[in-house]
Amino acid sequence: MPNCGCETETMSHQILQYALSGLSTGAIYSLIGIGFAIIYNSTGIINFAQGEFVMLGGMMTYFFLSLLRLPMLAAMCLSILLTTAVGVVFERLAIRPLRNANPLSLVIITIGGSILIRGIAMLQFGKDTHSIPAFSSNEPLVIADATILPQNLWILGITFLIIAANRYFFYHTINGKAMRACSHNRRAASLVGIGVKRMVLISFAISSALGSIAGIITAPLTMTSYDVGIMLGLKGFCAAIIGGMSSGVGTVFGGLLLGIFESLGAGLISSGYKDAIAFIILLLILFIRPQGLFRKAETERV
Amino acid sequence: MLRVKNINTYYGQVHALKNISLHLRAGEIVTLIGANGAGKTTILNSLSGITPPRDGEIQFEGVTVNGFSPDRIVEMGISQVPEGRQVFKDFSVEDNLELGAYLRYRNKEKKSDIRKDIEDVFGLFPQLSGRRRQMAGTLSGGEQQMLAIGRALMAKPKVLLLDEPSMGLAPLVVQEIFKVIVNLRVKRSTAVLLVEQNARAALKIADRGYVLETGKVILEENARDLLENKDVQRAYLGRDKKEIWER
Repeated sequence: MPNCGCETETMSHQILQYALSGLSTGAIYSLIGIGFAIIYNSTGIINFAQGEFVMLGGMMTYFFLSLLRLPMLAAMCLSILLTTAVGVVFERLAIRPLRNANPLSLVIITIGGSILIRGIAMLQFGKDTHSIPAFSSNEPLVIADATILPQNLWILGITFLIIAANRYFFYHTINGKAMRACSHNRRAASLVGIGVKRMVLISFAISSALGSIAGIITAPLTMTSYDVGIMLGLKGFCAAIIGGMSSGVGTVFGGLLLGIFESLGAGLISSGYKDAIAFIILLLILFIRPQGLFRKAETERV
Repeated sequence: MLRVKNINTYYGQVHALKNISLHLRAGEIVTLIGANGAGKTTILNSLSGITPPRDGEIQFEGVTVNGFSPDRIVEMGISQVPEGRQVFKDFSVEDNLELGAYLRYRNKEKKSDIRKDIEDVFGLFPQLSGRRRQMAGTLSGGEQQMLAIGRALMAKPKVLLLDEPSMGLAPLVVQEIFKVIVNLRVKRSTAVLLVEQNARAALKIADRGYVLETGKVILEENARDLLENKDVQRAYLGRDKKEIWER
């Protein structure tokens, strides 16, 4: 019997397909993870309310679209602005007054904050799952025998644009450099006149904006509801851990890797394991390379 | 110009500065000498707002500045070069200098003026000029000290607080750095408050000096007189009591 190789061919198609869809979920994780990393680098705390910013982005956009009937772009911009405002207020009310508390209590406060935000969202928006329309058509595109939705391309495009902008901000503007200086050596930063409090505030603003953008661009694909923040937040946290809490390339790769593994695992093993895979990777990283895959063994961080 | 009246600073329960009073005139170089733990660094940090005094008053050009945040104090014109240089190691030499001018960027000063001042710092420390794109962490100790001073100068301070600039450096490098400090007074009339272990070198370039012991000022005199003072010689200039008496 002639060997047609059909078996292996479908297999490789499948893998390509899973990898492609994993890529865009991964991009979302990267965005969320960068949000974690920015706040971690400026304050030394893990902000577990990060996922709620993601939820707010999607939910508010839905709210503005369906109830206020705003045009798409206006709804998105408005919800990014409002989520950023929530992030700033959160820092003002929950983090700044306790600046001298130890990081652990601040982390617990962020968990409290996340529960609060989630609760308010539930009361305001209800418990239903919503979807917002895709940014362009819903016709799948075919790339090398694998299909991909235009929204996936939107996600990838927007994510990379934002990551590039982020990189530009942190390496080529004086405020970005000041934020990095602050995370490297807080005392020296304040001695050259960098207001540390202001930097922390900016980091919350940027992180919440990034989170809300992630929430908006993923909502057309994955739906949104008041509680999507928990899982997305944890996945973003995984991405940041894999990336060694860097606000740059490391976390981007961490997110993409996570997205691809998750999607491959769900497709090839069982979709029931989808979330478990992320956490198995997280645990493995924490056991074997707690400094992250992409960071040289802890360089001096005075 | 800078007047400190009866400040008391605490680290938790520890009473680190006890009723310290001192002053600094425009263009003056004043040194603080004293043993480890006498409170020299704490005085600088109290002035910089890092460990604000619990009471007393710090006046700068007629304004009471205690209670100001460290960045406000830099904005007022008091810059500190901290102990152990504390340059931003993962940043290039140029970036370090740019960050020194952070407040000037924020106040929308002309970029060309700031660039010019960066070049001025390179003029002051030609050794740094060839390494402008190098990471600060890869510089030698002396170069890092120069960079730390340059970074502080980028804020255009009227008062420069220098904490142990000679620490761990070769004598020749120390000489070079001290020469720059003296030049600062000549060229920019920057006042300098200098904390030094190397009391002799500090007193040689200073106008006046304060001697500190366990958080108190025990002596204030002209630098020349302090150099001659027998107690100071014995305690801080490393001359033996016997040697002094026999002379």
